[in-house]
Amino acid sequence: MPLLVAIPLAGGFLMPLVGRLTGRRRSTAALPILLMAGVLALAVWLLLAADEPLTYWIGGWDFPIGISMVADGLSRLMVVVVATVSLMALVFSIDYMARFTSPGLYYTLFMLMVAGMNGVILSGDLFNMFVFIEVACIASYALVAFGTESDELEASFKYLVLGTVASAFLLVGIALVYNVTGHLNWAKVGEAIQTAGGATLPLYVAAAFFLMGFGLKAAMVPFHAWLPDAHPSAPAPISAMLSGVLIKAAGVYTLARLVFSVFDGDPALGWILVALGVLSMVLGALMAAGQEDFKRLLAYSSISQVGYVVLALGAAALMHARGVAPMVVGLAVFGGLFHLANHAIFKALLFLCSGSVEYATGTRRLTELGGLGRRMPVTGACLRVGTLAISGVPPLNGFWSKLIIIFALVLGQMYVLAAVAAVVSFLTLMYYAKVQRYVLGGEPSEHVAPAREVPAGMCLASVLLAVLCFAASLMALEAMPGVRGPVLTPASEAVTAGAAAGRRGRLISVERDRPATPRQPENVDATTPTGRDSHRERRKHLAAGLGRRVGAVGAESRRAAVHGEEAP
Amino acid sequence: MTLAMMPFMLAFLLLVAGLYAIVAKRNLIKVIVGILVLDIGANLMLVLMGYRTPPAGEAPVAPILTGGVAKADELARAAVDPVPQALILTSIVIGLSVTALVVALGVRLYEKYGTFDTNLMRNLKG
Repeated sequence: MPLLVAIPLAGGFLMPLVGRLTGRRRSTAALPILLMAGVLALAVWLLLAADEPLTYWIGGWDFPIGISMVADGLSRLMVVVVATVSLMALVFSIDYMARFTSPGLYYTLFMLMVAGMNGVILSGDLFNMFVFIEVACIASYALVAFGTESDELEASFKYLVLGTVASAFLLVGIALVYNVTGHLNWAKVGEAIQTAGGATLPLYVAAAFFLMGFGLKAAMVPFHAWLPDAHPSAPAPISAMLSGVLIKAAGVYTLARLVFSVFDGDPALGWILVALGVLSMVLGALMAAGQEDFKRLLAYSSISQVGYVVLALGAAALMHARGVAPMVVGLAVFGGLFHLANHAIFKALLFLCSGSVEYATGTRRLTELGGLGRRMPVTGACLRVGTLAISGVPPLNGFWSKLIIIFALVLGQMYVLAAVAAVVSFLTLMYYAKVQRYVLGGEPSEHVAPAREVPAGMCLASVLLAVLCFAASLMALEAMPGVRGPVLTPASEAVTAGAAAGRRGRLISVERDRPATPRQPENVDATTPTGRDSHRERRKHLAAGLGRRVGAVGAESRRAAVHGEEAP
Repeated sequence: MTLAMMPFMLAFLLLVAGLYAIVAKRNLIKVIVGILVLDIGANLMLVLMGYRTPPAGEAPVAPILTGGVAKADELARAAVDPVPQALILTSIVIGLSVTALVVALGVRLYEKYGTFDTNLMRNLKG
């Protein structure tokens, strides 16, 4: 598990040397790609190999002294998502970055960013999480400024200033939590709050600082000012990384940990999350609809889509507090996390496509583009898949995750929120229809007349991500009735661990401190495929799931009808 | 407000002052100074959390073991909490690297625009 951080970190420090040897040749990318493939393999292995949360004590020191790294279901899911998107972005970078000077430095920063994100996801205590957030963010500040034109510098400056404010808030929050509970370890802090009988005023103040800090990192709406500048200004693969995974690793993941693992799904925080989520969804979508710049539109859409995730998590916390059935709470969390993974995939895809378009035509203004569907067939097709997926058109993955979120909200009797989610889904479809029309449809304008298909590496990355859009929706198909698949279930279980039925969750969170204690038997469906043969198993279960779907067709069609209305 | 609260209030004041500089000032250098002040305020807050009021008549001791293992217990009773001190060391280093980066950005921006006034460099709209 520590290798997940160590490999990219070592890669980061090797890259300047490699860059010096290879100069500006494309082979510079070989090492990071190899390393990242290794990280991905390791992450997938971690996901499939073990069921119980793993804990690793750095240097072998035990609890009060040592620093722990924890991989429970949620962390494993996040690690796989990060590794996948990073690998694709690296493959894309081979050709895309050939225009820039000093690719060695680029890959250095890239690997440091990945190391930081993996560290955030795996670290078991607050302060190390803070340090890794800073590692990832400092690398990303520099990457945003990588073009060193005035726009990029300005965007990076804005991003850096707000990012530093966020970090200072986080540090104050950490200080308060440490003062009140005397612990820094996530699980221990949660335990201390539980034994003290819930959060007190100082802890709520700390939570407010954390919410501001993570809200800034995740670019939730009142704190979103930096994102629409920073994400479009970065090179396209970096935009894909920032929008796809960084705001999730540094913002949403940490928010989920804070609210569920530490504050045990406190309803006050739940309300705040819901409010942030709704604001982000609605305003993000509205502002995206008004954009002329392709990448800026994508950036606003990121705000909007991350709003879905936060809304789902907040609603889950609220439902838990209201005593809604754990299954519904689980469904909301599951939907949120599934949407998080999906958004990482299709937003990375969209940003890579926008990079391809910019590479081929030299412009990002929607009004100047047109007719690229024929000029660039591969990129065009990928872009189409991406836009359809994000606007929630069946059978792509975005449809399933939004459907699950809306369905969970309805089951949890939050009709207003469900309606908002549905309306925003419609808005999303609207502005992505605009993207399709301007970029792909119509006659080629004189700006894009010389445009040709981009080099193979860039196509490859886009195509792989587009295929993943379909593959992820297969996962949902399998997931729908009861069997939620071996990938996402542990993750949502880990999130609801603090929240789900009574004390069972407490056991898990205590176990996070001690390596290799046998876990309580979960109420896992006996047919849930586990272990390494799960791939074959998954096929079988897909078929079985489809059979069951026919049985559950009433509910299914009702759900489809809900969505059918908003997808004309 | 008791006297013991004073340092916390002052640290909080530093935070607010830093935030004010970042939000209200139009000069890049002043914004950078604001970042520094904010950072220092947060660090100060963290290290203050580790302060323990010693028993009456004793001075608080820095958590450094000078008398060998034999005096470890005595030190543990009298010393302030070492954890936040370890933490702010890391945090100061982070602050340093952020400062280096932001100053580099500021210099590059000055080269582009010939000014530090942020009003004159608004290519990006919100």
